This record gives sequence, structure tokens and C-alpha cells, in this order.
Amino acid sequence: MTTASQSQTTNQSQAPAATREALGPALVRLQNAGHDIVVVDADLGKSTTSRAFKDAFPERFFTFGIAEQNMISAAGGLATLGYTVFATTFAVFAEHAFDQLRMSIAQPRLNVKIVASHGGVSTGEDGASAQSIEDIALFASLPTFSVVVPADVVEAEAAIESAVHTHGPWYIRTGRPKIPVVYSDGPRFQLGKADKLREGTDVTLVACGLMVDRSLRAAEALDRIGISARVLNMATIRPLDVDALEAAARETGAIVVAEEHLSHTGLGGMAAQALATRHPVPMEFVGVPDRYGESGTWSEVLEIMGLTSEGVYEAARRAVSRKA
Amino acid sequence: MVIDAAVDLGALTARVRRHIVRMVYTAKSGHIGGSMSSAEILAVLYGRIMKHDPANPAWEDRDRFIMSKGHATPVQYATLAEFGYFPTSELDTFRQKGTRLQGHSVLGKPGGVENSAGSLGMGLSFGLGIRLGMRLRGQDNHVYVLMGDGEQQEGQVWEAAMAAAHHEVDRLVAIVDRNRVQNDDFVENTMRPQPIDEKYRAFGWEVRSGLDGHDLAQVEEGLAWARDVRGKPAVVIFETIKGKGVSFMEDNPAFHGAPPSDEQFAQAMQELGA
Repeated sequence: MTTASQSQTTNQSQAPAATREALGPALVRLQNAGHDIVVVDADLGKSTTSRAFKDAFPERFFTFGIAEQNMISAAGGLATLGYTVFATTFAVFAEHAFDQLRMSIAQPRLNVKIVASHGGVSTGEDGASAQSIEDIALFASLPTFSVVVPADVVEAEAAIESAVHTHGPWYIRTGRPKIPVVYSDGPRFQLGKADKLREGTDVTLVACGLMVDRSLRAAEALDRIGISARVLNMATIRPLDVDALEAAARETGAIVVAEEHLSHTGLGGMAAQALATRHPVPMEFVGVPDRYGESGTWSEVLEIMGLTSEGVYEAARRAVSRKA
Repeated sequence: MVIDAAVDLGALTARVRRHIVRMVYTAKSGHIGGSMSSAEILAVLYGRIMKHDPANPAWEDRDRFIMSKGHATPVQYATLAEFGYFPTSELDTFRQKGTRLQGHSVLGKPGGVENSAGSLGMGLSFGLGIRLGMRLRGQDNHVYVLMGDGEQQEGQVWEAAMAAAHHEVDRLVAIVDRNRVQNDDFVENTMRPQPIDEKYRAFGWEVRSGLDGHDLAQVEEGLAWARDVRGKPAVVIFETIKGKGVSFMEDNPAFHGAPPSDEQFAQAMQELGA
């Protein structure tokens, strides 16, 4: 089977792209379509791509300098006037303003969308400090927040558009590396709904972000050894599609959860909690181990962490072997 | 609307102080000291300075009051009630099960509370965001943000101070209730924020300081001055007394966040003319 470092796509017609690339163009398009968007930024507009919005609508783009706490609370204030506020920075720097997220946005349930790029360990060379492995846990811990980790650039743009149409606080995690496009035929994103990308009967691979493509490739490899794997893209972490998880558990009898985040506090932990009450089955987890990252190319760091299609493949075999 | 200038703010603040002590005594918890020190500031804001309508708290053309020192809800709720946002009888529910009047400010509960607070240092940023949004809409309303002097220890305050000056935001008025006492001790013994006025000046603000925050005329003078500053944000630093109005609470760190005993309550209400 293919390894992570050879991660060329097998069935995509579109060139690989980073999910972060969706942001700037989506914001410009949505504002041109008549929405009432403002953007706040903390000196990372070039990297998050929100800068494209500044070029198009300079009066609607507010720079806050390297001061995320102020930016997040000000975003809440802006939202009280009815704007759809996008706050953009890196995922690790969004973590920097956790209490501001809690007090200035989550508790008053204000219409602020945090779109944070450079999520996960695939930031690569910058090393541990720049690699967010806690962001999903933090945002999912905030009642009122929706939390979304798109699988590719197409889904990222669809999630941003959906966020504009849905009142309330959102966290959308985007990534730095160019990854394969899963939705080359167009997006199917719906908040709170898992997307079944592949049918299967022996095990279900539940994934988000760049682990979706890797799980699809793991499913192909599993098929070659006679294991039929369902693949669910669980782009929405909150509200979690518990019904899709329960159906997967009942119909396939084993679950693997794959994510670019600490498993116990991420999608893995949340899926396990949901299934514990609905329909427990053998589960395995492919996530960042209980450790911080290090420098390397993005694909090397993913390999170090075991976040590869091989990792998903092996986890699926373990899960299947544990079925009664 | 602007509240009728004939309202007797001296009598109103006396009633507000009695509400504050009764609320905290009844709830057996809450923050008397920093509420008493802000009584005149809130009375003048709602009675003489701000454009607001108690019958329509969501009025688009209103000025905003942002309570950054979100533990001082007794003075905020008592003032809103006195100006007719809700019945003063509801003050008896403060901090109790089912109440709208939580221990710390919650946006929209009741109408007239414009922000959620309790973690210090965030109100100036929140108010800055509101004012930036108003400016984008072409609205000339004001945003008034009340902070404590201990609160100036929060780094976020200075992030907001820098950003407000950088963006040349006017009609954003910061108010510092300088009561010189914080939770554990006097502010000067804890982490010295002085000189607060020079700090704001260095950050690019227009500054007034040295005004008596319990003298209604001086409070009105300072707030009216700040309201009319253009081209820059403005801050007014009022010298106040924590626990103002009750002899044994004044300047006493013990009454930052503790309720009075039965005897203390009786004496306090007597001193406040109940």
C-alpha cells in the first residue's frame, strides 16, 4: 500500500490544495453576495489567506496586531451589531485566547467564526510550538460552539459558506499542507452530518481533516485483504453525528477513529463516549499519541505520529480481530 | 431618549447603595465594595450622559455601557432597575436559583446588560469592537467601558488601549474606578498600576484624572469631557473609595467580595439612611 510520504492521490481529478486556501476567496465571494461580513486578524492574514478579503474590502478588515486576546473579545463586540465576524489566526494562537473565546463569544453565543489555519501537526518544520494538537478539545469544550475540520479545500469552502448561513460561534480548522482533494465532484458538507464516502460491512473508518483521504486509501488496501471498510467523513466534531456513529457500530461492528489531534480529547474520545451509551463495539484510535511534536516535513511528522494510511489500516485490522 | 435631567441623582445613588447592601446581604454573597465605589459613575452615565431607552433596551441608536469589572453587578443591576429597565423588586432575586441577575454580568440578562463579564480585562476590547462596528455603519453613538484600577493589571487592557489609539477610535470612553483596593489587598501592595494616566497618555489616549468619583458634578464634568473628545479614545480616571457610604466597609479589602453579617447589615442600612 501507499505510504504517507508517497501521498499522491489515486482517484482525484483536482490538484492537491491546502484547506486554508479556501478562506480568502470564500469570504470575498460571500461578501460580494450581500452578506455582512467583517474580518479581524492578528498579523497572519497572508498565511490564513484572509488577506484577500482586506484587498477587496479594506474598511471591513480590522488588524489587531499580535494580540489575540484583544482580537477575540473585539470580535464579540463587533458581532453584537449584527455582523458575521470572522476571526483568523493560527490554531495554536486561537488557543492563546481561550478565556476570551469563552467569555466574549461562547457564553453570549455571538456570531463569530474562528477560522484557524495551520491546524494539527502537519504544520511540520515549525516544530511543537506551532503544532496544535489541543485545539479541537478546547473548542469542543465550549458549549454553543460548532466545531468543523474539513477534509479538503472544497469542503472547507462549503463549511465557511455554511457558517455564514448559520448564526452562532464556529471553529473551523484549516491546514497548511497541500492535500488531496476528496470532493472533486463538489462538496456535500452539512453541519452535524457525517458523509459516507465508502460503503462497507466489516469495520467503519471515522475520520476528519487530512485523515479522510488517508482512511479512503486504507479502505482500498483493506479491501485487498478481504476486509470491507465503510468510511465516514466526520467533518463536524460538534454537534457530533451520533446517529451515523451508532448505525456504523450496529452495521459494521467495529470502529476506527482517525484524526490529526490527541485521540483522548478529540473526535476519538467524543465518539467513544457517544458509542458507550448507544452501541459499544471494539474501537481503535489513530491520533496524536500523548506527546508533543517535532520538526520535519509535514508528511514526516505525520509518519512520526502514526497518522498514515498504514496506521489506519493496522488499526482496522486490530478492531476487526477484536470482534466477537 | 436621554433620561430627564430633573432626576435627583443624589437621592438615586442613596437608593442604589441601599439596594447594593441589601442584595448582597440577601444573597449571602456578592461584591459590595467595588459596587459602592461606582455608584455615582453609573448614575451620571444613565442619568446625564448616555442616549438610551429603558423601555427599548435593544434600541439601535443607543449608546452602550460595558461593565468590564463584571463582579460589580449589584451597582449595575440596581442602577438599571432605578432607571426603569426592570422592577426594583427583582433585585431581591440576585444570585438566586432561577434569577436573571447572575453574580457576574451576562449579556442580555436583563435587557440593558451589554456584555458578559467576570473574567477581568476584556471589556475594553469588547467595547472597542462595538465602536469599530458602529463606525463602519456610520453610527455616532458612544461606548462607555467601566474598569477597576486593579483590572489595569490585566495585559489585555493594554492590547485594547494600543489598538484603540492605532485605529483612532473616538467615542470610545474608558472609565477607571480607582478605588485602590482589590481582592486580597490594596492595589499598590499587589501590583502597582500607577501612573495609570501616564500609561494611557503614552498609548495615545486623551486623559483626565484626579476627579472625585463621588462628587456628581465632577463625575458629570469628566464624563461629558470624555464624550466630546474626537479623533482619539478618551479615558477618565475617577478617585473613589471602595465601600463608599458605609464606615466600616470604606477602604477595607475585607468587603471586596464578602457579605455583611446581620449586625453589619443593620448598621450599614442605618448609615445609608434606610
